[in-house]
Amino acid sequence: MNTIAQNNPVVEGPKKSFSLKVVGVGGAGVNVMELMLKSAPPGVGFAAVNTDAQSLAASSASVKVQLETQLLRGLGTGGDPDQGRALAEEQLPKLKSLCEGADVVFILAGLGGGAGTGISPVLARAAKEAGALVLGFVTTPFACEGARRQRLAQQGLAELKSSADGVICLPNQKVLKMIDENTSVLETFKITNEFLADGVRGIWRLLMHKGLIEIHFPDLAALLRDRHAESAFAVAEAMGPTRSREVMDKLLAHPMLDGGQILGESEAVLVSLIGGPDLTMAEVNRVMEQVNRHCEHAQVIMGAAIDETFTERLAVAIIAARGNPEHESAGTAATGNGEEFAQQLLPCSTTMRPGSRFVPPPPTLGSDQVQQLLARQGRGGARQRKSPSKLRQSQLPLEIVSKGRFDKSEPTIYKGEDLDVPTYIRRGVALN
Amino acid sequence: MFNAASIIVGLEIGTSKVCAVVGELGADGALNIVGLGQARSRGVRKGEIADAQLAEEDVRHAIVEAEQMADVEIRSVYLGVTGGHLRGFNNRGVHPVVSADREISEDDVQDVIKNAKAINLPAQNHVIHAIRQHFLVDGQDGITNPVGMLGSRIEVDVHVVHGNLNRLQNAIRTVKGLQLEVDDIVFNGLASSLALLTNEQKELGSLVIDIGGGTTEYVVYGNGIIKHTGVLAIGGDHVSNDLAYGLKVPLSRAEQLKIQHGSSFLEEAAKGQTITISNELGLPLKTVNLEHLRRIMSLRLEEMFQLIGQDLEQAGALDYLRAGVFVCGGGARIPQIAKLAEHVLQMPVSLGKTNSISGLKSALDQPEFAAAIGLVKFGSFQQRKRAAKSSLTDGIKNTLGQLFRRG
Repeated sequence: MNTIAQNNPVVEGPKKSFSLKVVGVGGAGVNVMELMLKSAPPGVGFAAVNTDAQSLAASSASVKVQLETQLLRGLGTGGDPDQGRALAEEQLPKLKSLCEGADVVFILAGLGGGAGTGISPVLARAAKEAGALVLGFVTTPFACEGARRQRLAQQGLAELKSSADGVICLPNQKVLKMIDENTSVLETFKITNEFLADGVRGIWRLLMHKGLIEIHFPDLAALLRDRHAESAFAVAEAMGPTRSREVMDKLLAHPMLDGGQILGESEAVLVSLIGGPDLTMAEVNRVMEQVNRHCEHAQVIMGAAIDETFTERLAVAIIAARGNPEHESAGTAATGNGEEFAQQLLPCSTTMRPGSRFVPPPPTLGSDQVQQLLARQGRGGARQRKSPSKLRQSQLPLEIVSKGRFDKSEPTIYKGEDLDVPTYIRRGVALN
Repeated sequence: MFNAASIIVGLEIGTSKVCAVVGELGADGALNIVGLGQARSRGVRKGEIADAQLAEEDVRHAIVEAEQMADVEIRSVYLGVTGGHLRGFNNRGVHPVVSADREISEDDVQDVIKNAKAINLPAQNHVIHAIRQHFLVDGQDGITNPVGMLGSRIEVDVHVVHGNLNRLQNAIRTVKGLQLEVDDIVFNGLASSLALLTNEQKELGSLVIDIGGGTTEYVVYGNGIIKHTGVLAIGGDHVSNDLAYGLKVPLSRAEQLKIQHGSSFLEEAAKGQTITISNELGLPLKTVNLEHLRRIMSLRLEEMFQLIGQDLEQAGALDYLRAGVFVCGGGARIPQIAKLAEHVLQMPVSLGKTNSISGLKSALDQPEFAAAIGLVKFGSFQQRKRAAKSSLTDGIKNTLGQLFRRG
């Protein structure tokens, strides 16, 4: 509290020797950044990185970097992350100089396309090499955008996670629940962008304003690092004497939190409170008590900040990060070497012949056996793994096991297994 | 002499049979079963209507039989529904107590229940039941009636059973086609549990598994309230189908073999034995290996219990089951089914008895009728509730009932 009185009266200003840079990458990233530009406090630098000249031309960021080669003709990557990645690697020094001098770099990107997915991991690495802490804010595509984009997005997310200090990921699909049927596509994307921007604002308020209770960036990064696959954001504001209670009710009613259910399931929760100079400790306490009650199992990080424009108001932003075991295992598989091979083989063989139910279980190999196999295959291994999917022979849709009585009824699928097929066949029990 | 309101009919359109049970609610509130009608079901697969015309015919037969036996005219029924599309989950509602003295009023309780029932479901889904569980006042658990208590925050859990509206409507339309009203629709699993369990068993915590022809429903009670429900679209039909496939016999023959020679276990004694199937004239047609029959059957049943066990474990419902497991439905007739369930679920299992209603003793002891009898019992609860309400508010019609009348 003393520090507020001692420092200069402009409370809104950034902390000394702390500079923040927000970089929008790709079409979606630049759009989100535009949203935030308007309401940015001084001391935040904005930059746009894209392969598409048109998107950059429309942006009002102070620094614009266009990654360009002859091949692309200024038309973007065409949805190919490899192109984006190659371009970024090529122009690594340019990216590095972009991040020069910043303490913290926020990377905003929409994963699933070419530029955002390909460039952001490289940018994160460049920023780290330039000596900045890196936090990624990304969206993953709607389910209707197709499995390919989803897969690309997950790969990009894994890469970004390994190169950034922390990643907060908002699956667009979640937003779908909150919009009604008449919302236009444009508006929907606007909503998702605003959500992401809200989340970023929540965090930068924490980092930049004079805090009653401060959050240190390394804590935040440690909380978000590696283990979280998706996050839910919720921001609520309330005014008046009962604001602390009201704001909490609003938060709990927030559709993104599923009535507080998400909080209970999350592993890590970040709470950012911001109020005017009249914010009392009791109010902070009341909010935190409620939050803690809802997320008993989660690690909670909280920060409270003061902003003069928030007099008599109280805004609370919650970022709940949920651990996702599936993605976790996928993440470790990408880094491990022995098991990776075995894990990739398995889905490969099942996707090849979807019609057959007689896929024998793969032989269980010890990790050293797998490594032997890998060594024998040598460098050609990676190529060989890919080739069968290209040379796939088409298969007639033969139903090997007739479903008899259940032929025309809806199949009973449980965890990918068709339970209408006799159990002894699915379990491979031989009758002789 | 008969007041129309005192006759309650439960109708279950099952995969293997259609069953109508007529109950009579006496002036003293005692429920008496006075009639039962059943017909073989031909138009239902996995608990859902696949052929509306056949189903309508079967329902008519069952209703007519029940009318004759009970000597009443049936005007409305409580309809049991099931199917793989039904889902159950728990939802929590929160409400802050705003009054100055922090005393929880009746309105607060209504509000919190309203909040808990406000569920974000896709438009085509319909909530069949929203069953209230215990209240929490300021985080204190297990409160049954919070009115008059002091607190700043009140929460309540409801167990919601919901399903696809169109698929539910199919059954309702079939009944309406016969000029019968539907008082309410009830989840079959819930109905079975009402018929089987005593209050004490509900309090101790029990699991009811209703193994039907096309579906298997299960309901978990703990501390007197419903904790978990589920439907598995597997039933006796699957066993028959497996046998028909594995033993290479027609489905009707497989059904017959299942009933005559089926068992839950593959015993040593059955190994190497064969059954000879003969035609009407007594000439041998085919020999079937008994070991194969038993193995196919036991694998299927074992898997079914395993799936239920996994689901309960995931829902954390296994810990509540201190009174054990009760099996009903046609599947309860399979020899040694309780032993198999005991083996898989690792807890005491017994066959459920519908012991909570008087009258028609011999009919009541059949495990197949548990759901239909439970429907009548559900109806009697509703009737009593309505009677209490109508004296106050001139009979507010059930909103659900109105919805269906419109549809």
